[in-house]
Amino acid sequence: MAQRRMITVDGNEATASVAHRTNEVIAIYPITPSSNMGEFADEWSAQGKKNIWGVVPEVIEMQSEAGAAAAVHGALQAGSLTTTFTASQGLLLMIPSMYKIAGELTSYCMHVSARTVATHALSIFGDHSDVMACRQTGFALLASGSVQQAHDFALIGQSATLKARVPFLHFFDGFRISHEVDKIEELTNDDLRAMLPDELIAAHRQRAMNPDRPFIRGTAQNPDAFFQAREACNPFYLACPRIVQETMDEFARLTGRAYRLFEYFGDPQAERVIVLMGSGAETAIEYVEWALAHGERIGLVKVNLYRPFSLRNFLAALPPSARRIAVLDRTKEPGALGDPLYLDAVTALREARDEGISPFATEPLVVGGRYGLSSKEFTPAMIKAVFDNLQQDRPKNHFTVGIEDDVTHTSLAVDSDFDIEPDSVSRAVFFGLGADGTVGANKNSIKIIAEETDNYGQGYFVYDSKKAGAVTISHLRFGPKPIRSHYLVKRANFVACHQYVFTDKYDMLDYAAPGATFLLNAPFGPEEVWDHLPREMQEQIIEKRLKFYVIDAYKVAKDTGMGVRINTIMQTCFFAISGVLPREEAIAQIKKSIEKTYGKKGPEVVRKNFAAVDHTLAHLHEVKVPSAATATRRLPPIVSEAAPDFVKRVTAVLMAGKGDLLPVSAFPVDGTWPSATTQWEKRNIALEIPVWDPAICIQCNKCALVCPHAAIRAKVYPPEQLAAAPPTFKATDFKAAEFKGWKYTIQVAPEDCTGCKLCVMVCPAKDKSNPKHKAIVMEPQMPLREAERENYAFFLAIPDVDRAALKLDVKGSQFLRPLFEYSGACAGCGETPYVKLLTQLFGDRALIGNATGCSSIYGGNLPTTPYTVDENGRGPSWNNSLFEDTAEFAFGLRLSVDKHADLARHYLRTLAPQLGENLVTEILQADQSDEAGLAAQRARVQALRAQLAQIAAPEARRLEILADYLVRKSVWAVGGDGWAYDIGYGGLDHVLAQGRDVNLLVLDTEVYSNTGGQASKATPMGAAAKFAMAGKGVAKKDLGMIAMTYGNVYVARVAMGAKDTQTVRAFVEADSYPGTSLIIAYCHCIAHGYDLAYGCEQQKLAVDSGAWPLYRWDPRRIASGENPLKLDSAPGKTKLADYVRNETRFRMVEQMHPKRFAELLARSEIEVRNRFIAYEHLAKLAMPATTPGAPPTEKES
Amino acid sequence: MDLSTTYLGFSLPHPLMPGASPLVDDLDTVKRLEDAGAAAIVMHSLFEEQINHEILGQETAVEQHEESFAEALSYFPRPEEFRLGPDAYLEQIRKIKAAVRVPVIASLNGTTPAGWLQYATLIEQAGADALELNLYYLATQAWESADVVERRKLDAVKLVKQAVKIPVAVKISPYFTSLAHFARELDEAGVDAIVLFNRFYQPDIDIEELEVVPNLQLSHSPTLRLRLRWLAILYGHVKAGLACSGGVHTPEDAIKAVMAGASAVQVVSALLRQGPEHLAVLRRGLEQWLEQHEYESLQQMLGSMSHRSCPNPQALERANYMRVLQSWRQ
Repeated sequence: MAQRRMITVDGNEATASVAHRTNEVIAIYPITPSSNMGEFADEWSAQGKKNIWGVVPEVIEMQSEAGAAAAVHGALQAGSLTTTFTASQGLLLMIPSMYKIAGELTSYCMHVSARTVATHALSIFGDHSDVMACRQTGFALLASGSVQQAHDFALIGQSATLKARVPFLHFFDGFRISHEVDKIEELTNDDLRAMLPDELIAAHRQRAMNPDRPFIRGTAQNPDAFFQAREACNPFYLACPRIVQETMDEFARLTGRAYRLFEYFGDPQAERVIVLMGSGAETAIEYVEWALAHGERIGLVKVNLYRPFSLRNFLAALPPSARRIAVLDRTKEPGALGDPLYLDAVTALREARDEGISPFATEPLVVGGRYGLSSKEFTPAMIKAVFDNLQQDRPKNHFTVGIEDDVTHTSLAVDSDFDIEPDSVSRAVFFGLGADGTVGANKNSIKIIAEETDNYGQGYFVYDSKKAGAVTISHLRFGPKPIRSHYLVKRANFVACHQYVFTDKYDMLDYAAPGATFLLNAPFGPEEVWDHLPREMQEQIIEKRLKFYVIDAYKVAKDTGMGVRINTIMQTCFFAISGVLPREEAIAQIKKSIEKTYGKKGPEVVRKNFAAVDHTLAHLHEVKVPSAATATRRLPPIVSEAAPDFVKRVTAVLMAGKGDLLPVSAFPVDGTWPSATTQWEKRNIALEIPVWDPAICIQCNKCALVCPHAAIRAKVYPPEQLAAAPPTFKATDFKAAEFKGWKYTIQVAPEDCTGCKLCVMVCPAKDKSNPKHKAIVMEPQMPLREAERENYAFFLAIPDVDRAALKLDVKGSQFLRPLFEYSGACAGCGETPYVKLLTQLFGDRALIGNATGCSSIYGGNLPTTPYTVDENGRGPSWNNSLFEDTAEFAFGLRLSVDKHADLARHYLRTLAPQLGENLVTEILQADQSDEAGLAAQRARVQALRAQLAQIAAPEARRLEILADYLVRKSVWAVGGDGWAYDIGYGGLDHVLAQGRDVNLLVLDTEVYSNTGGQASKATPMGAAAKFAMAGKGVAKKDLGMIAMTYGNVYVARVAMGAKDTQTVRAFVEADSYPGTSLIIAYCHCIAHGYDLAYGCEQQKLAVDSGAWPLYRWDPRRIASGENPLKLDSAPGKTKLADYVRNETRFRMVEQMHPKRFAELLARSEIEVRNRFIAYEHLAKLAMPATTPGAPPTEKES
Repeated sequence: MDLSTTYLGFSLPHPLMPGASPLVDDLDTVKRLEDAGAAAIVMHSLFEEQINHEILGQETAVEQHEESFAEALSYFPRPEEFRLGPDAYLEQIRKIKAAVRVPVIASLNGTTPAGWLQYATLIEQAGADALELNLYYLATQAWESADVVERRKLDAVKLVKQAVKIPVAVKISPYFTSLAHFARELDEAGVDAIVLFNRFYQPDIDIEELEVVPNLQLSHSPTLRLRLRWLAILYGHVKAGLACSGGVHTPEDAIKAVMAGASAVQVVSALLRQGPEHLAVLRRGLEQWLEQHEYESLQQMLGSMSHRSCPNPQALERANYMRVLQSWRQ
């Protein structure tokens, strides 16, 4: 039998490793945090890695989890060993198929990285709410609590299901286990084979559908048969726990790792016992171990097999001495008597008593509690609080632990200083930027330590809620024993800050244990760095007697040709001063891994990295710490004094990374939050910001249009506004005929800009003598920050121009205030300029339903959100329902808005005698097709309100509530291509078919961006994406063409970077069109793999090459005898190759498979040409004016 | 007619071969070139700078977004066989070698000593029969003297010569203050051939957009003149063989090149314009011309119009320039 290796992997990889080797068909759909399991499987299959039977598993990405589950069901029914990976909403979408799979007693093991189900808010983090929603499906639920267990249970589940015929859902905690890196023992193929004997697989195949021995399954049964038939499966469920235990025993004989269905850990005479499952149980074991050593008599039961629930095994696990039992659930069932595991435990004890099999002389008291929702920390201190509660005279029942519930007072008090981590474990915390490679370097360090020494290693990584300038916090542990601490490091021996700017933002030394080492990357030498620290930091360094080191890593990186990559340098520093490994050995190991990682990239890359390692030590200095703090500078406040109370009390605490301290009362009860909060989060992430030169500017406003973060804006205003302008505020004469004599300013928001350069790249105005100098150039932010902050505040205070006076073209639209600003989107994002434009044009009367994805994350991820309000307090009303239902959700918004308007008109007519016929008629017949009409209607509604106040009739009160709906509302469904082309397509299609006034905006990045680059049906031919690694072989779905076939849907395909005038026109037309509108917008994306500063240029190439044709199909044209389709671009101006070769997504296909790339390119060229020819033909068709065209504009009221 | 020649130690049936160009990217085209009678296949250069540039671009555009956001730790699949750097080029050498019987001459443009060394070795290991070093370098820095640039080039050539056993040709540009001297130094470094000349990439200016635009101009017959002149000057003064590259479009052009001293004649623009089969046209034309003019062999005319052998050598020197200007005035 082959020797088992020790490997360092995360829970997803550990699980996928077994799943891929023990299955034949894998049907998946990406969802956080399980996506990586599918990606690993796909990668391995693409590399030709075989399962233990010598076959490469087929990995297929479906259009949704519902589709994946159905494909799984089919594959199982045809006799393949089949699996899937999912979580959260994805798991919920699988439930209907799961009932079927279980009802048919199908051998199947699926793997779930358990994640919170969206309720008042979405959360990508871990708890058991998704798994608990599957209790009733008939699946066995197998819970693993560590990376090693996830690896082991993946096999135990697969083996047991073949014997038991009950399907298995194997799960582990999302992020905490799925993304935690640990050192584990890898199961060999021999291990896998030993657990999966041929006869079981043969039996599975024998049960398969096969026309050579036909049967029928899936019948419809009637009252005479269904009930009995449903009970017929009972023996299998009764036998299942025994089979699982036998499988675990077999596994133990093979590997030495013994598991029980319910594992007891603790004093055999324990009086206080807790019951729980998942990673929290591992942490609880750590605590119980400590408590036993300190003379306490306690214990815990870890639930491994939750369903089928074995009463006898549960009873056998509990010590008969137990007097008090606390059952902990990682889920919440509002309104239930208790959460599920608690209810099961109580029922179990009651049944035991009733059946006379109770092990207890005196029935123990049982309480239930809730912990760890959405990956909330679960620490030994909290476990101690649970045991302490059991010691109370009347232990609190239905408690919560880990939060402060000051509303219904469920929470247990926790001693936050309680800490039991042994000195033998080294702990390190690193603050870095996503872009500086800190996490990657730390993963590498864990590998070095865990795989090259006898030590165990653990890594857990906390990521930012913002995509641009994302901060990462790495928590690393190393020690001689397996690490059970599945919670964040609190008292670190080593704290590293990889970015000097963080010293003003985060309380990093809060993590430092007394006597710890603190490493800072700063542009200062050991003599001067002290004076550049805020006072709080100095005080902590002195108070905790920290050893303080400094390095100018960016200088070393620059000197050694590493650019801005400081990962290798900071990793070298860590090894040099942490003492985790002998210095020389560590450096040799770093170099070894550099050669492994970069060897393929050529000698120069390796040389540069080696040079960086070698130069590091000479630039790493210990700082002499003075005996007293000397700084007068204190940490700046998190938000400005001007911020609203809620922002100061709640949002600012979240921003400071201290949200765990907020009590329940601080939070809204129903997920409703104030909008307009990004303005209070000044992130200062741009190293350079745009600077405007009014002398060269041609006042086109393109810079403002393309800015993804609304951080560069244009204004036109009367000259008298300049009276109190700050000294460096720039203004020039407005050049157009309208607003004659007015002033014009382009102003940057210096602290909100991300430095993406899109504005500079799009700027058409060049200095004739020095064309390098444009009307906007990038300059370092630091020296400009103060003055520009003042200028920006002044700029914002200048009143906005009257909307009704503007022409809604590119230029005019940019004088409208963006009602979407400073979002967390990536620097250079290609989506947000469209969203911003939408809010400028219609935001003051828009309802937006947003599909889950990038746009819901940068649109709605706390702590601060970007949708904001205008000077009248109006702004977009936004909500994210789900990923798959956005078109329907927005459709519902429309139905409701229309109903309100109907009712308002009804009351208006009812009250006409009191209100006066003139006003009523004017309101009812108002032309609201443009801004002037809308403004007039708003004025009328205001007049109406004044009049209603004088009318006593109840109808007047009702009309007051509804009056605002008399102003036309703009309803939008916004989402990505994953939504529109794949998971939400059915709903989108249905909404297209309804003809109601809903606008559907598809932000098409041609790939699943938010979950990390999986292929969608929008992915173009020849582009590589996850699940299309060799380059997608079929052409992009033509969603626009499909929508056009309805005839009465307004359809536009736009690319702002290529033709902004067409984009703005399409948005205006879509809003004005009284039926359904679909805008498909080209969005460049980091998942395309190039510097997004060139985003607009790539858009232009996409259009000019024909890859992205621009058009507008407006059914209104039919009525006037025109053809509805207008082509707004012509192909063939550039070659397709010139477009695609600039992007990694295509280029990597060429690098992998040059021949395939050439073929796909040739086919794409034909495809692109043919599609355009089809459009041209369509655009030339004569359409008789008698066809219906647009739907009736308004219902007769 | 005996058109045979010796270049880089290979006995070739005639001197005509495709020069460094994208023609070799496609194996079918390579086979068509062989069918058209190519005496050897010269591959386009492996550019170390391009490799590094691409790696750097990939770092900034791909790697810097990794491990930044909880939902997406990466944005691209990670294929095991993802070929960065020289892999694709080396693979192409192997494929061409397997596809053709004629010698395959790979080409390399390095930027660092380590790059020159490693890539030259890899190219040899991949099975190339010879290596053409492309010394293309645009010296734009005022602090960099001509001597420093020349020294660096020679050092690279020496490094490669020591590292590989296959014959080494060096392709140079005409822009040397003393080209003859530099050629002699190359000769002393032991190079097996010198290829005249590299053509510099000459971008155009867009006067509307105020931008510099890339613009690849194919050569024409007049391009040949500069080559002829320097072939003629160097022929007989260096031990290394000489190859002509640039401006050969007709059989007459090839004849001139050989007369000036080229043992090998590389053709690119004409093949790009007229297809690989044009090589056969040139070869036939060459043969016919020699027959019509009653030459015994190609060797008979090799270097016949070089500086050493031509009847009016002064015409190749400064007087040429003077006379041309005067004739234009008249």
